[in-house]
Amino acid sequence: MSDFIDFHFDVDGENFVSAGQASVQIKKNLRELGLPPEIIRRISIAMYEGEINMVIHANGGVADVLVNEDKIEIVLEDKGPGIADIDLAMQEGFSTATDRVRALGFGAGMGLPNMKRYTDEMKIESTVGVGTKITMCVYLNK
Amino acid sequence: MKIKTLTELLDAEIICGAEHLERDVQSACGSDMMSDVLAYVKNQAVLLTGLVNSQVIRTAEMMDMICIVFVRSKRPTSEMIEIANECGMVMLCTEKRMYDACGILYSNGLGGTKV
Repeated sequence: MSDFIDFHFDVDGENFVSAGQASVQIKKNLRELGLPPEIIRRISIAMYEGEINMVIHANGGVADVLVNEDKIEIVLEDKGPGIADIDLAMQEGFSTATDRVRALGFGAGMGLPNMKRYTDEMKIESTVGVGTKITMCVYLNK
Repeated sequence: MKIKTLTELLDAEIICGAEHLERDVQSACGSDMMSDVLAYVKNQAVLLTGLVNSQVIRTAEMMDMICIVFVRSKRPTSEMIEIANECGMVMLCTEKRMYDACGILYSNGLGGTKV
């Protein structure tokens, strides 16, 4: 395996105010590495959507951003309720978010589709009652 | 359009980021739904919104926006001002409603998204 940098974050599920901190930090980290702005934006948005999801659905989790020579991988893992029907969850507009979350400006059912839109590859592994792992990949030379 | 001009057009109060008023912005968007901003916005530098919470600033930051305008006299909390200062975001408050604020900026040459 080639050399890579791993940025690791614990996502606090208790605090909606601080949600997004990992995404803010990764944006800074990627800027420091001198990556193209458009790549940084795509990674940041995908990561932010994932982070918000972990906070509102799964009581937090862990996030890793692996920077390789030719690609960047985002791995989000939580021990939340899991996704019963992934195809349904991927449909734009489908959401199980509460009214409280909607009042905060989220829960439009765009999170997962958006993560797919902004990345080149996305894989969801989920078991109800156990948790969810989402792996996203953005290629640097595409 | 300079942020300064936008501030004058909306008769807006500068909450923070006064040092960035000379920065140029090319387009804007208006939404209370951050999910939609994340899904549909492209290269807009200004976000007009009636939603007030810290995720408005985070969303704007993720989208590389540089100015947030709170409409309908909504005011950000001190915690939000702190976050905005950290990331160099300009925050403005206007009494105008969303539709009016957007209309004023649009008719003065600040466009939206080309679909």
